[in-house]
Amino acid sequence: MPDSASEPYDLAVIGAGCAGLAGAVTASELGLRVCLLDGSGQVGGQFFRHPAPALGALRPQALHHDWPAFAALRQRLEASDTRRLLGHQVWTVTRGSGELWTVHALSGVDGGAERPVRVHARAVLLATGAYERQLPFPGWTLPGVVAAGGAQAMLKSGLALPGKRIVVAGSGPLLLAVASSLAAAGAQVPAIVEASGYLRYVTHARALVANPRKVLQGAVHGASLLRHRVRPHSRSAVTAAHGTDRVEAVTVSRLDQDWRPVPGTGRRISCDALAVGHGLVPQIELATGLGCATRRTPDGTHALVLDGRQETSVPGVWAAGETGGVGGWELARVEGELAGRAVAFRLRGVLVDPARVRELRRRRDRMRAFADAMAVAHAPRPGWTHWLDDDTDVCRCEEVTARRVREAAAELGARDARTVKLLTRAGMGWCQGRMCAAAVACLAAGGGDEGVPPSPERRPLAVPVPLGLLGSPAGADEAGADEAGINEAGADE
Amino acid sequence: MARTPSELVRAEPGPPFEITVDGRAITALPGQSIAAALWCAGVLAWRSTRGGGRPRGAFCGIGQCYDCLATVNGEPNRRACLVPARPGDAITTQEGHGRAGLGV
Amino acid sequence: MGDSSDVIVVGAGVVGAACAYYATRSGLSVTVIDRGPVAGGTTGAGEGNLLVSDKEPGPELELALLSTRLWRELAEPLPLQIEYEAKGGLVVASDPAGMDTLRELARGQEKAGVLAEEIPADRLAELEPHLAPDLAGGFHYPQDAQVQPALAAAHLLRASDARIRLGEEVTGILTATTGEVTGVRTATGTVHAPHVVNATGTWGGELAQRAGTELPVLPRRGFVLVTEPLPRVVRHKVYAADYVRDVASDSAALQTSPVVEGTPAGPVLIGASRERVGFDRTLSVEALRRLAAQATALFPVLAGVRAVRAYAGFRPYLPDHLPAIGRDPRVPGLLHACGHEGAGIGLAPATGALIAGMLSGGPLPLDPAPFSPARFVGGAAP
Repeated sequence: MPDSASEPYDLAVIGAGCAGLAGAVTASELGLRVCLLDGSGQVGGQFFRHPAPALGALRPQALHHDWPAFAALRQRLEASDTRRLLGHQVWTVTRGSGELWTVHALSGVDGGAERPVRVHARAVLLATGAYERQLPFPGWTLPGVVAAGGAQAMLKSGLALPGKRIVVAGSGPLLLAVASSLAAAGAQVPAIVEASGYLRYVTHARALVANPRKVLQGAVHGASLLRHRVRPHSRSAVTAAHGTDRVEAVTVSRLDQDWRPVPGTGRRISCDALAVGHGLVPQIELATGLGCATRRTPDGTHALVLDGRQETSVPGVWAAGETGGVGGWELARVEGELAGRAVAFRLRGVLVDPARVRELRRRRDRMRAFADAMAVAHAPRPGWTHWLDDDTDVCRCEEVTARRVREAAAELGARDARTVKLLTRAGMGWCQGRMCAAAVACLAAGGGDEGVPPSPERRPLAVPVPLGLLGSPAGADEAGADEAGINEAGADE
Repeated sequence: MARTPSELVRAEPGPPFEITVDGRAITALPGQSIAAALWCAGVLAWRSTRGGGRPRGAFCGIGQCYDCLATVNGEPNRRACLVPARPGDAITTQEGHGRAGLGV
Repeated sequence: MGDSSDVIVVGAGVVGAACAYYATRSGLSVTVIDRGPVAGGTTGAGEGNLLVSDKEPGPELELALLSTRLWRELAEPLPLQIEYEAKGGLVVASDPAGMDTLRELARGQEKAGVLAEEIPADRLAELEPHLAPDLAGGFHYPQDAQVQPALAAAHLLRASDARIRLGEEVTGILTATTGEVTGVRTATGTVHAPHVVNATGTWGGELAQRAGTELPVLPRRGFVLVTEPLPRVVRHKVYAADYVRDVASDSAALQTSPVVEGTPAGPVLIGASRERVGFDRTLSVEALRRLAAQATALFPVLAGVRAVRAYAGFRPYLPDHLPAIGRDPRVPGLLHACGHEGAGIGLAPATGALIAGMLSGGPLPLDPAPFSPARFVGGAAP
């Protein structure tokens, strides 16, 4: 650990989910000085989100089939010298002088006693995960309509449910896990509604066969859903949520090949909550701010371009997990270890264990192929825009309707999400387009397949920063060896 | 089969405490976020939008969507899904930007 | 694929839109071509300032005064959504010496027709209740105004009746054997016209080169900080006296001076930084730090407010800080309408009116000689 503020870390790891944990402990065990930052007060990221210690959960594993894998990583972290800056939200990363990177963060969870923290390091590992993709529909802004992953997160960390009778809808493998944990926690789940046809996996049978574990997980969730009498609807979508001040029912419609609702197939299902989402979007703004190259993924998001050693196109900046394409926690863990080993080799010449690296790469490539197959199967089809009526708010923050987005495209010369944003404010609010950019891009392109922006959204500020802190003098608060910073958000397990 | 999330994970939390929502007392558990405590009390909305005055609450649950912004102890725009509940916290439904007092 | 019109305007930013608007109103048929969307360049990165207050007496101020009048006229037929606000500007000084400088500037501007009212320190709070209490005073400029620049460009363009070809890059300028412009070549075909207007802003040098001529436009980067949505906390465009100095400077190094204003949509916009670093979008934490520090010094209440966004734009900088408006003497049929630096939104209508007058042979609203691109011929910038 550096003993003066001026001595940089070898590696700053941003994100303490599976990828970041694996990267941090690997690099630390290989002798590197590592600093691990995460916005949350606990490690585990989204997948291994778990109740705060004060909630006294004796069996957190009841919400996680793979808890022992996480427990092992956590144990290694605790045994290592890794500096943990939890409750630190990174707002940007900049290139300093002399091959050094500076990570700019705010300490303190959202408001209250925040202060600026800077971490200097010779290499950066971006393990910032993903957030959920949303496709709007009439009523999706009603209280009680929540993100599928959001319902899962609130359950895992806060032991809270949004309602008693919860419809789960959208597309992607996350839905099965969400429905099965909501049901296990006592919610009634009258329906799980999947827009794609699960049968599409069949065309990627080879990737499935190579990932029997994933099939097994699906089967476990499937069995649990059967036990809870959850009714599956494939090739269907929630095309409207009803209610005045909160959701009271949803309409589920059959979809055609292109995800257009089939007229006359709408059925009303009463519920007091809806958990909805359409897969995950890699969270890569810190990387794109540094100029890292991106690629289009098979389901129409942008992910980082990485080489075989997990390095981005910007030398010295590495990435692991969902930032390189959504693939789940096991892939994230493998990539984190690969990255940790590669950084150790680059900075210190630490010889890697070639057999181990070969094995990790083999597993990574196999899981990537599987993830790509899943992405193809669940990629939104352009007909989803037919769910919208003109008055549906597409941008939740700025309350911009589908009509205004379409007008900007049809009449004012907008051809992409950025121009729609300039002309309508869709994507200009607090969330900076995280919830609406995918939908806006589709609408700007007239609903065609071109609805993927040519480049990812630019978000130079990854989180909002109070002006008083942004304007505080440079060099005031170097975090090289600020002991107070360790576990400051406190009380991690 | 578990009937509640707490039963599922066999939670044995510290003593519950009170927070208020627009003056009404609700019970929170130590370690819960404000949003989780509100959900457990059946409260799904604690903000009204700037444009249409529509009710909103937690949506993404992970601090990304900013729909759950609440005024906590007089401080507006705090993400209720991230901010831990503390005994005596006063949550008030946030009207729009939550900073009407600054208007000139 | 062939197509023809009287005029081709290259660039769908606010200047191109204004050129198209006034040219079609002069009875000309116009095609507007842009490689990107509407307002995809510097227009979309602007704050939408329509200012007379920051300009020293001289040709640019003349252009600004004309534009101020034209924007007021345009705000009538154009829909409300362009967010035109005759909000006025307030320039403040931190010490008596700064006030003296402002007084001198205002005296000169008043002779040119600018309205400026001295505001003593004890009256600043009437105009801006949240201003820091320790300022020396300021000047109020009621003619300063604001529009939302992307909307202004889009609505001007729509109102122009021009043919619009977006997402189509001009790859070459067509000329006759005698040298006159006959049209442009694009990625998908050719468009014919005896006049081509270069309204490509910061990229004006590039297009000039494709036409076989040159224009020394350089990018001058600026960052803008955007706050969370707020009620109206800042009524005017408020800036410090240093801003005028920075605008006029030729330095390539980072300069910042606080410019703070509210918007009808809620967020407060904070500028202005200037540096010449090419087309580099990389976030400068130092630029943001200075902007935030200076803005919170002017308006302490902003310290607890969050910046939710920051973005960079590239002002089209010409070495003498005047735009190039008019015919290129080296390429008959080519006209330039670019290089407005940070004032393009404000100066767009007057630029469009001048260009339209030159194209149609109609009367010119003011003497265009100071803006003539001929001043760059011979390699020696003035």
